[in-house]
Amino acid sequence: MSSPAITLDHVSKIYRRYGGRQFSTLKSALLSGDLVRKLRPEETFQALKDVSFTVPKGCTYGVVGRNGSGKSTALKLVAGITKPTIGTVQVDGRISALIELGAGFHPEISGRENVFINGIMLGLTKKEITKRFDEIVEFAELTEFIDAPVKTYSSGMYMRLGFAVAIHVDPDVLLVDEVLAVGDEGFTHKCLDKFGEFKRRGKTILLVTHSLGLVERFCDEAVWLDAGEKKAEGDPTRVVGTYVTDVARQEERFLAAADEKAKQDAGGAGQAAPSGPVAAEHHFGDMNQAGEGRWGSGGVEIASVDFQDANGQSTHVFHTGEQMRVILGVKAAAPVRDFVFGIGLFTADGAMVYGTNTDIEELESDRLEGEATVTLTVDSLDLVEGTYKLDVAVHKRDGAPYDYHRLLHTFRVKSRIKDGGIYRPKHRWDFSTAIKFKPPK
Amino acid sequence: MWHNLGQLLRYRGLIQSLVARDLKARYRGSMLGFFWSFVNPLMLLLIYNWVFTYLLENRSQDTQPYAVFMFTALLPWTWFQSSLNEVTGSLISGGNLIKKVLFPAEVLPIVTVLGNMIHFIFGLPILAAFMWWYGVVPNWPQLPWFFVIVAVQLLFTIALGLVLSALAVHFRDVKDLVSNLLTFWFFATPIIYWYADERFKDYKFYFDLNPFSHLAISYQEVLFFDGGFGHWLWLLALGGASVVLFLAAYWIFDRLRDSFSEAV
Repeated sequence: MSSPAITLDHVSKIYRRYGGRQFSTLKSALLSGDLVRKLRPEETFQALKDVSFTVPKGCTYGVVGRNGSGKSTALKLVAGITKPTIGTVQVDGRISALIELGAGFHPEISGRENVFINGIMLGLTKKEITKRFDEIVEFAELTEFIDAPVKTYSSGMYMRLGFAVAIHVDPDVLLVDEVLAVGDEGFTHKCLDKFGEFKRRGKTILLVTHSLGLVERFCDEAVWLDAGEKKAEGDPTRVVGTYVTDVARQEERFLAAADEKAKQDAGGAGQAAPSGPVAAEHHFGDMNQAGEGRWGSGGVEIASVDFQDANGQSTHVFHTGEQMRVILGVKAAAPVRDFVFGIGLFTADGAMVYGTNTDIEELESDRLEGEATVTLTVDSLDLVEGTYKLDVAVHKRDGAPYDYHRLLHTFRVKSRIKDGGIYRPKHRWDFSTAIKFKPPK
Repeated sequence: MWHNLGQLLRYRGLIQSLVARDLKARYRGSMLGFFWSFVNPLMLLLIYNWVFTYLLENRSQDTQPYAVFMFTALLPWTWFQSSLNEVTGSLISGGNLIKKVLFPAEVLPIVTVLGNMIHFIFGLPILAAFMWWYGVVPNWPQLPWFFVIVAVQLLFTIALGLVLSALAVHFRDVKDLVSNLLTFWFFATPIIYWYADERFKDYKFYFDLNPFSHLAISYQEVLFFDGGFGHWLWLLALGGASVVLFLAAYWIFDRLRDSFSEAV
């Protein structure tokens, strides 16, 4: 294994939480930069906690994590813009950082002059810039506008020029912070090609991004940072996998909490719910008007609603095409002979996706007493990615509700494929031999 | 510190192009463009000349023609004053560079001082024209001293600029403090009056304490007055002090450097 290009050794970075003064007196500020007043722990924010990783030469290394996980701080430390509070950062070779594109551009002067000044800032000599100038301008697709003042540029043009200069610095180590979103589709491809070229030439790339597909496709190794701590490191597919699972778990917790809150907000359980002519009038027709809530006579109570996956695990997050079970725990204090179980499935913005009940499906009620469970199994949840809400109800055949949960239950469907609409029918593509696709990467 | 100081030399290309950029950008879009660099000192001279020769007539025989006398020290003072006024905001307005790019922060105050020096140089032909118009002949054999004075002033201004710019990042009050202090400093310095005048002999001690008065007197002796350059020892002493001051200023700046990217 070759020597490392980037080494972070037990690095911690502590920021001040408030924008106040760092020095207690002018004198202490004058005399020393490090006799900084000792900050109390509640005044600080630890952006990185004892993080170590090494990036071998020629490796493309991905950094993933949520917002505020310390990714950008790590990048700034590597770039040398800030210093670690504890630990050491070592970088071998010339760095170019694509952190803030066109940071040094002056709006009043022409693109041409800005290319030169920006290039010098990034460590090129005038001669080197002259040599690469045409290439830079061509890459930025700004040949026509290069002599216009930069203030007349669109934000896309500005970013493209910044990117073009930074990438032509010919660094040994390239730091990229979520900048691939700068241009249109075509420009993004050009940037990726440029990264590919870097890779082939054995340069090191440190890539911070939320585009997990990019990390899986592009990186040799990856690290996952969470709240300033290193959570996983190594093979990108595995790291991204753990990260995605964790995100799903957090979403799950979030949905469960939201669910809980919705139920509480709906007022005490069925037994206390008011009944009356207003509530009794509910049918599928006017369900579209009613807001979330819970009502009914309480003759039968839906005491619990649980979502489970194929393995019987409770969850609020499903993948497209998975099995989903909705399990209702019901209670009837006295025997009931007239009952219908129903569900309604809605998108987050309230459009009904599907609704059915046992009466529509020609099941005739006979008897319900004590505690029981009702399981509705959806063998294949053929929905596109999104958040969905569920109505569950038990009511009489004439519609008078015993217990009606209106939009109180939420689950999420995730999908790798970002298709549109609501419903994903099972489908496949077939092509005659004259049509060829590249093999999947 | 010594390493960083060495690095500074490597950045002269950057400093050069930033100074050029600021000059170009300054007048971009104005009708007169670069011409303003000449018009500004000319207007300054005409206004002061009008006030002090017509409104508050100056009867001191030593300082005639007064327009030329006053301008020889006022022009360098303008360089000094606008440098320090601008330098307090230089790191803050360049915050984008310090935070987002690996960038030697000391370049910013130095660029400010050098940019104002260019304006000072643009003002020199105006001064020369007035000297010619009033028939004032500079002290030819002493004229090489002029470059020494400029060099000392440059070093002195940069030294102050480094400290002030670094402090202004943490104490924004420095900006207002400096601009008020400079107004006082201007009148405390023998620029619009001659320090050897009978009326000011009680203040000699304070003039000696004031670094800029040595610069002002040097300019006046070399460019305006006949006779030798008697103040040279003071000038060299100030030069030596400026070197020490610069090193101290750079040391302070270097200590505070790491805090800039978080504090600006």
